[in-house]
Amino acid sequence: MNAPVKPSDVAGATRREVVVAATLASGALLVGCSPGDLLSVGAKSEFGAFGPFIRIDPNGVVTVVSKHIEFGQGNHAGLAAIVAEELDADWSKVRVEQAPAIAKVYANTGMGVQGTGGSSAISNSWDQLRKAGASAKAMFVEAAANKWNAPAGEITVKDSVVSHAGSSKSATFAELLPDAAKVTPPTTPTLKDPKTFTLIGTDRVRRKDSQAKSDGTARFTQDVQLPNMLVAMVAHPPRFGAKVASFDAAEAKKVPGVVEVYEIPSGVAVVAETTWAAKQGRDALSVKWNEDAAEKRSSDAILASYKDLASGKTPATDKLKWQAFESKGDISKATGEAFEATYDFPYLAHATMEPMNCVAQVSMGKAKLTFGSQIPTLDQLNTAKVVAMLPGAVEIETLFAGGSFGRRATFQSDYVVECVEIAKKVGKDRPVKLVWTREDDMAAGYFRPLVHHTVKVTLDKDGYPASWRHRIVTQSIMKGSPMGVPELDETAVEGAKGSPYLKATPIVDGQLIQPEVRVPVLWWRSVGATHTAFAMEHTIDQLAKKAGKDPVEYRRALYTKAGANRHLAVLNLAAEKAGWPNTSADGWTRGVAVHESFGSVVAQIAEVKLEGGVPKLGKVVTAIDCGTAISPDQIAAQMEGGTCYGLSGALFGQVTLKDGTVEQTNFDTYRVLRNTEAPTVETHIVPSGNAPSGVGEPGTPVIAPAVANAIFAMTGKPTSSLPFVKA
Amino acid sequence: MAMTLDVNGKPLSVKAAPDTPLLWVLRDELKLTGTKYGCGVAQCGACTVLIDGQPTRSCVTPIEGLAAAKISTIESLGGAHPVQAAWVKHDVPQCGYCQSGQIMSAVALLNQTPKPSDADIDGAMDGNICRCGTYQRVRAAIKDAAGLAPPVPVLPVAPAKV
Repeated sequence: MNAPVKPSDVAGATRREVVVAATLASGALLVGCSPGDLLSVGAKSEFGAFGPFIRIDPNGVVTVVSKHIEFGQGNHAGLAAIVAEELDADWSKVRVEQAPAIAKVYANTGMGVQGTGGSSAISNSWDQLRKAGASAKAMFVEAAANKWNAPAGEITVKDSVVSHAGSSKSATFAELLPDAAKVTPPTTPTLKDPKTFTLIGTDRVRRKDSQAKSDGTARFTQDVQLPNMLVAMVAHPPRFGAKVASFDAAEAKKVPGVVEVYEIPSGVAVVAETTWAAKQGRDALSVKWNEDAAEKRSSDAILASYKDLASGKTPATDKLKWQAFESKGDISKATGEAFEATYDFPYLAHATMEPMNCVAQVSMGKAKLTFGSQIPTLDQLNTAKVVAMLPGAVEIETLFAGGSFGRRATFQSDYVVECVEIAKKVGKDRPVKLVWTREDDMAAGYFRPLVHHTVKVTLDKDGYPASWRHRIVTQSIMKGSPMGVPELDETAVEGAKGSPYLKATPIVDGQLIQPEVRVPVLWWRSVGATHTAFAMEHTIDQLAKKAGKDPVEYRRALYTKAGANRHLAVLNLAAEKAGWPNTSADGWTRGVAVHESFGSVVAQIAEVKLEGGVPKLGKVVTAIDCGTAISPDQIAAQMEGGTCYGLSGALFGQVTLKDGTVEQTNFDTYRVLRNTEAPTVETHIVPSGNAPSGVGEPGTPVIAPAVANAIFAMTGKPTSSLPFVKA
Repeated sequence: MAMTLDVNGKPLSVKAAPDTPLLWVLRDELKLTGTKYGCGVAQCGACTVLIDGQPTRSCVTPIEGLAAAKISTIESLGGAHPVQAAWVKHDVPQCGYCQSGQIMSAVALLNQTPKPSDADIDGAMDGNICRCGTYQRVRAAIKDAAGLAPPVPVLPVAPAKV
């Protein structure tokens, strides 16, 4: 897999570049170097007068170039609004275009590589795009000042029109464009005082893609049609870690439209003239699998092994160690009766509406990918390894993706590499579209890992935590990271680690252990918070009950103790809007939960009732502090969507393995939230002058504990495992 | 063996085998890619088209029975259909992948029931999965297109200036 790149494979590259590429391909990546520059070796990059993020056409239309993929988050609207605000552009004449893959220009400033994730699209672009917009505006102002012989300080810009009141002169961006393009951009453009924002924070910041996504013209990977294109489907092994032993393609090749059958590292690929032919051909394959290295355990057995680790029945070893993630005081000094709880969380599939897919073209010295690339730099790197090219020379055209929720961001670029392997076999620059069926997608793994928590808390005389012992057992998502595996896998503990409840507790002993399991696991919208928020928030309600206190009051006291002012503010706003503690309309019981993730804090108060034992949701009052709110409407949309995503997983989501084989195959067995089951989410935003923080994920982890807390208030029964509705 | 399908009011000759699902004929052969593949087993509704006005999952509908049928896809609506306008007004789409199917189900509902009740909307829309969770706006947009007041304000209250 990590075959060295030989100089002869790489046309036109210098020896140094080849050494760089070979180093990258070896997997020893990104530590102590400038990855954006290194990974851009071989990339072509030329930009216009206004730099890589802004293009202005002769007709005055402003194009904002987004380095981030849009797969639902609404980030394209927010990114464009940041530029439009500083540029004072006419919002109706601003459009968004997807950036090409050039890490040195378009790197996520928080990641070092080009990529979208961690709810960081807006936050990492905030300074960058404000400066880009302000710089472009300064160029128009200077051009006008020169042309009208007026002081630059007297020139104003509004809605793409540049004016000088003193001389009553004005000109549009379009009219001034030739002159503005010749102005040298300022080195340190002056940014607006946020108090003077006229677009950011208003309900005018709406999506730019709603029309295309309502008339069928929005282009997804699945929609790519290129001349001479082949469609590929792959037979994958039924168990993780299995390989092809042998196969018989005779029946597959009889299917009209099937062109060829290839063995590739991940299975057996059928390429055909149409999607249906590829599917029929793939289904006609006969494949024998070598399962010597395959994971053959059931998920029940894996969970049981986790519980044995947590209880101490299975001792840690030199290779499998407990790691402290929060530690203070001496837990052996904890006294008094302890509250104990355990929580189990199943594997979850992302189940994006658009199953994974990719289009690749490979020829000697050239590779092009056309698809919804979430981490273009890694997709370039992983492609480069297959086709022996410089990563920067792998061209990527990023399209809309039909959801990701983390799935399109794997370290291995699993489905991308699969497509490139096939396109390499086909060769001659012929486009190959790899299509996964829903069943392929669901069985392919990269699940939210299975997780087990145990919590043991003693209370002080006032009923607040005196000691908190916490154990988390889960597989590591970070294993295999090209960025190097960190000492502590923060993705497994975030949200427990750093919790204000632990800050308010004198004695804390939080530890993590991460067994090796051969099931591919991955971030799933809100990552560690998908389970830590539940463990912390559901525990808190149970402690409040033990202490005889109202759950909102109990949290307020702990936030005050911990100095968690933002938590307190969202809780207070949600409580005020929901009218807590007054009771809801008949039949509803309310549950509260609060959680911080990706720099934002969300509080929810959810109305719940049980219908035949199944939780039914009413209104969910939501308060968020996400720093400066750029698009209140899209923040609300993400609270609505994030809540549905979290609720879907909490109510129904569960992937199980039977002797290593994934039991769920499609939406009939992997149940997801439907329209009638969706709550009405009401969003309130805490006013803030801070820089923007995450919005795409923070709305997801709060609803599950809010529902569990409502059920607990209703029935007195805590929830010790998800999903609520067992299959 | 060629066969003619009436798609969006036009007779179109197709070469696909009779057992081919309409979805793949629309997408691969007729290049009408607005209709999406989501599950292949009539579970998600992303492939919804209208056949003689009835919302139909094209992923499980072989073309062989469709010689006399009138097939309408998202492309037939033209982009400014009242349901599409309501979708844009409410910024319903997020990733957008399921929305052609959502809209076709909503169009069929409103064609048959111009003033739908919540129960009518439940019945018409529960077969269309949206993983982004746009359900609340789907419901609001349908009510808006039907001239019924949305149950909650369309827009959230913008935060006060700091």
